[in-house]
Amino acid sequence: MKNIWIILRKELRSYFVSPIAYGLMAFFALIAGYFFYVATAIFVSRGMESAMSGRGMPMNVNEWVIRPVLSNVSVIGLFLIPMISMRLFAEEKRSGTMELLVTSPIRDIEIILGKWFAAVIMYACILGLALLNILILFGFGKPDWRPLLVGFLGLLLQGGCLLAIGTFISTTTRSQIVAGVATFAVCLLLWVLDWVSAYETAPWAKVVAYMSVLTHFEPFSKGVIDTKDVVFYVTMIFLGLFLTARSMESLRWRA
Amino acid sequence: MIKVEGLTKRYARNVAVDDISFEVQKGQIVGFLGPNGAGKTTTMRVLTCFLPPTAGTASVAGFDVIQKPMEVKKRIGYLPETPPLYPEMEVNEYLTFVGRLKGLSGKNLASRIDEVTERCAIGDVRNKLNGRLSKGYRQRVGLAQATIHNPDVLILDEPTSGLDPNQIIHTRDLIKGLAGDHTIILSTHILPEVEAMCEQVLIINKGKLVATDSVANLTRRLRGSEAVLVEIEARDAAPLETPVIQQKLEQVAGVSRVVFRHEKDGRHVFEVESLQGRSVRADVARAVVETGWNLNELHAVGLSLEEVFLQLTSSDPAQGAEKK
Repeated sequence: MKNIWIILRKELRSYFVSPIAYGLMAFFALIAGYFFYVATAIFVSRGMESAMSGRGMPMNVNEWVIRPVLSNVSVIGLFLIPMISMRLFAEEKRSGTMELLVTSPIRDIEIILGKWFAAVIMYACILGLALLNILILFGFGKPDWRPLLVGFLGLLLQGGCLLAIGTFISTTTRSQIVAGVATFAVCLLLWVLDWVSAYETAPWAKVVAYMSVLTHFEPFSKGVIDTKDVVFYVTMIFLGLFLTARSMESLRWRA
Repeated sequence: MIKVEGLTKRYARNVAVDDISFEVQKGQIVGFLGPNGAGKTTTMRVLTCFLPPTAGTASVAGFDVIQKPMEVKKRIGYLPETPPLYPEMEVNEYLTFVGRLKGLSGKNLASRIDEVTERCAIGDVRNKLNGRLSKGYRQRVGLAQATIHNPDVLILDEPTSGLDPNQIIHTRDLIKGLAGDHTIILSTHILPEVEAMCEQVLIINKGKLVATDSVANLTRRLRGSEAVLVEIEARDAAPLETPVIQQKLEQVAGVSRVVFRHEKDGRHVFEVESLQGRSVRADVARAVVETGWNLNELHAVGLSLEEVFLQLTSSDPAQGAEKK
């Protein structure tokens, strides 16, 4: 436990000591702010329309603002993930510090978990900042806060799963760029997988669509925690971290 | 302290280390000598539990590197060829991180940091970023990092490579200063370094251990015979022919070979080699004096490690045959 904490602290520090973290935060906050603005604008204009038509339809802030914002953020997250995970191991391998970690009395799994947790925390910080906008809603209306929390949890699970995959990819190369591009490709692939279900209903299409990380996020954005989706994300996280551990081990056999 | 038996490390196609066995006693400084690519780094990586051996065993302080890697790692300090520094960390911060990684904490950690900072003379860069340090300082921070947990065994991979002469001397002194408390293995391809620092030398070439002995012994054993340098001058400035002296020297009992070196102002210098296991200095001196020449100088010449090294690594007929 202590060792995980040591690694985690070091990783977080190196995130926040470089300008990249702040750049990403600013950029992401801007995008999320734009989504929020658009969603709110639509909500307002629809609200006006329904009021003008005479029959005031009940409109829900959660459904009209929070949900689209969360969905969009989850997609943008795919672009963010590679930038967070690419340096985790590639950087250590390039600068030779991997030798220090591996020859210290600390287990591989502790190194991996420390790094992965740091990446997740970094991601959570960026998300947290970007979703601050939503808090404004509480000043003007009474949105339900529980779906918001569930949505945030969903984003974290999705991010954690992609970060685990990114961590694995980062162990396979010394170049951050290669790791970043490869992770991005995988993220993109996992995103578009569910498109196949739009025109194909065969069992294989269902399986493929099931692999898509985004389909599993849908219920979360609605405020629903479905065990099936949680299991999917947790399994993917385990898979990613397991592959990372294997890859680190093979590093030694080949190095 | 360190025991290696039949260690072999094979990569996909080539054999990096081939059946090496050696032992290092507590408190010794051992030089690991060999040309680039001989297998020095690989052997060190096995000892640090970075690489698992393909065959054979290695143990540090009685703990096997495969069965008890954690125990081994606690007891070794390792400085790889490029010091493992995080460029974005300050020196102090970096040492704190490494100290924690090695299991230190609290007051103990703080006092250890002060100690290694002083010992490695990096006090004036304590608050500098690692990435901004000069090569010499990087190396010293690397050493500080390796010694922070006061390990029993220090493994240093080419600790002086790429340094300027002043820095090399400083680093050597530093390492020699560490010798009392730690058992040290250091690798190098620079011969004088081994002569200057080590008590024991392991010469490795193409993955094989070609010699292991103390520095003094190795030179002696290789030569087996004695070489003497003599300077001879004719008395009363009488002319003296070189071949005459050579013939005279060759007649001395126990001499195997006489090589003429040079002649200046009537002073002739020869190198006289004795037969295996014989000392000829007294006989040579007597012969020269009895003939009526002046004996200006006579001293034994040891074989420099450089020559030993060349002999061991290049004159092996088996290796000549192996080359494509």
